[in-house]
Amino acid sequence: MSLEISDKVRRQIEDILSRYPRREAALLPVLHCLQRERGCISPVEEQWVAERMGIKPVKVREVVSFYTMFRRKPAGKYHLQVCSNLSCSLEGGDSLLAYLEDRLGIKAGETTADNRFTLSLVECLGACDEAPCLMVNLAYHTRLSRDKIDRLIRELE
Amino acid sequence: MAERVLTKDFELEDLCRIETYIRGGGYRAAVKALKEMTPPAILEEMKKANLRGRGGAGFPAGVKWGFVPARTNKPKYLCVNADEGEPGTFKDRYLMSHNPHLLLEGMIIASYCVGIHEAYIYIRGEYEAIAQRLEQAVAEAMAKGYLGPNLAGTGFRLDVCVHRGAGAYICGEETALLESLEGKRGHPRLKPPFPASVGLFQCPTVINNVETVCNIPFIIQHGAEAFTGLGRPQDGGTRIFGVSGPVSRPGCYELPVGTPLREIIFQHAGGMKEGKKLKAVIPGGMSAPVLREDEIDIPMDCESLAAAGSMLGSAAVIVIDQSMPVLQVLAKVAKFYAHESCGQCTPCRLGTSWILKIVQRMTSGQGRKGDVEEIARLASSIKGRTLCPLGDAAAMPILALATKFRGELEP
Repeated sequence: MSLEISDKVRRQIEDILSRYPRREAALLPVLHCLQRERGCISPVEEQWVAERMGIKPVKVREVVSFYTMFRRKPAGKYHLQVCSNLSCSLEGGDSLLAYLEDRLGIKAGETTADNRFTLSLVECLGACDEAPCLMVNLAYHTRLSRDKIDRLIRELE
Repeated sequence: MAERVLTKDFELEDLCRIETYIRGGGYRAAVKALKEMTPPAILEEMKKANLRGRGGAGFPAGVKWGFVPARTNKPKYLCVNADEGEPGTFKDRYLMSHNPHLLLEGMIIASYCVGIHEAYIYIRGEYEAIAQRLEQAVAEAMAKGYLGPNLAGTGFRLDVCVHRGAGAYICGEETALLESLEGKRGHPRLKPPFPASVGLFQCPTVINNVETVCNIPFIIQHGAEAFTGLGRPQDGGTRIFGVSGPVSRPGCYELPVGTPLREIIFQHAGGMKEGKKLKAVIPGGMSAPVLREDEIDIPMDCESLAAAGSMLGSAAVIVIDQSMPVLQVLAKVAKFYAHESCGQCTPCRLGTSWILKIVQRMTSGQGRKGDVEEIARLASSIKGRTLCPLGDAAAMPILALATKFRGELEP
């Protein structure tokens, strides 16, 4: 299957595969790498990975659908993942989520019409001492307030 | 300030660089182990120290290592559990981001003791920045000869690979972690066989939590007695208590095992924020049964908390104030476990989602008489009936909330 994948990423995937005593063990890191390049792991990417690793496509599907960090459809340019667990709630996380939904004009689970923002609810991100927190793609933003959210959205817009 | 085993020199900004770590005495314990001690002597010291696992279960690390067969044709593996996902827990993030070399040094000693040449750090995918920091530390240690084919000139070989998870709480369970590391869904395995005999790639495997491993250099450098002298006789050393919720100074506090919970909240974490009044405390991450405000005069060690019907777990202290309705707490707990149940065992898969449905009806104002009993009945029927501890981890806190706060929960 031909898929637009840069030489750099192909080399990275080779490197990942060489690090494990068994090929299948490299599946999660390979998927991370490919998702960074392609934005998601749709059936096309699943097929490519399966061929590349010599495993059945259904094996790839099993894994992609189990882990929350793998997306089967593309997200907006900025994927906002808001912690909805207890420690963040105790520090006002729930009302900040409502504010964020208002500010972006979408509900959790949706993407803005301009494809700029996707908003998701996630479980504990392990930054409870700096609650409330969220991630923008892979970067943490902590001790959130309405002001901070305003600033963040302005910077990303 | 009590002696710090794990967070020594944490005020140094570049402690994550190997030069700074070595200047402060780093890698001396590893060199001592490699050059002056035999593997059986290290195991003996570790058993004497009775270092209890810091991930949640509290199982003594030395005993765990002792289960790995000394003679085998198969390779042996070390997996460090850095899949920190227990809600309220952030201590391993704190340790790894400040001092990645402490973790690597502990891994060297563990590997040498058990006869391991390949080690993995399984880190949750969300901690990408920390994973990169760990990879940098591995590269630095390779360059200085503390990792690689010939450790400190002794001929001992150890390779370390940083492996990223992809968002699944269940992968913190040790056999689910192994499945995940093998490139599969994180479905826990039936035990026995235990990972010490049949683990990663069907080979003997040691799995230890980050904080557990970070304690090893101190034990080797200063001896088991110095370690047990810090905490309680059967539960030695310090713990990193991660305090969150509406307190003045949320954060990580390294204190001797057995430090009273009230002292941790009101002294170290600075007490409640202005205008907030204490209602309840979850003492060891979300799976730990809640304590009421009148139950917090308790030493924070495994035995004392077990005797009080709770557990020390990951030592993550979640402080709940009066303005937070218990129903909201229950809703967060129910939602979490329903989401994270891997789906393998029927009592957990169905039980957690049925509980969530009832709780959601209650939060929408449609609560009925008998709901709380029904939730307790469902939780009881999960407990003890699943392959892995997630079932109990869901049932116990739900039962505690339903029992201790029944009056507030009933419509």
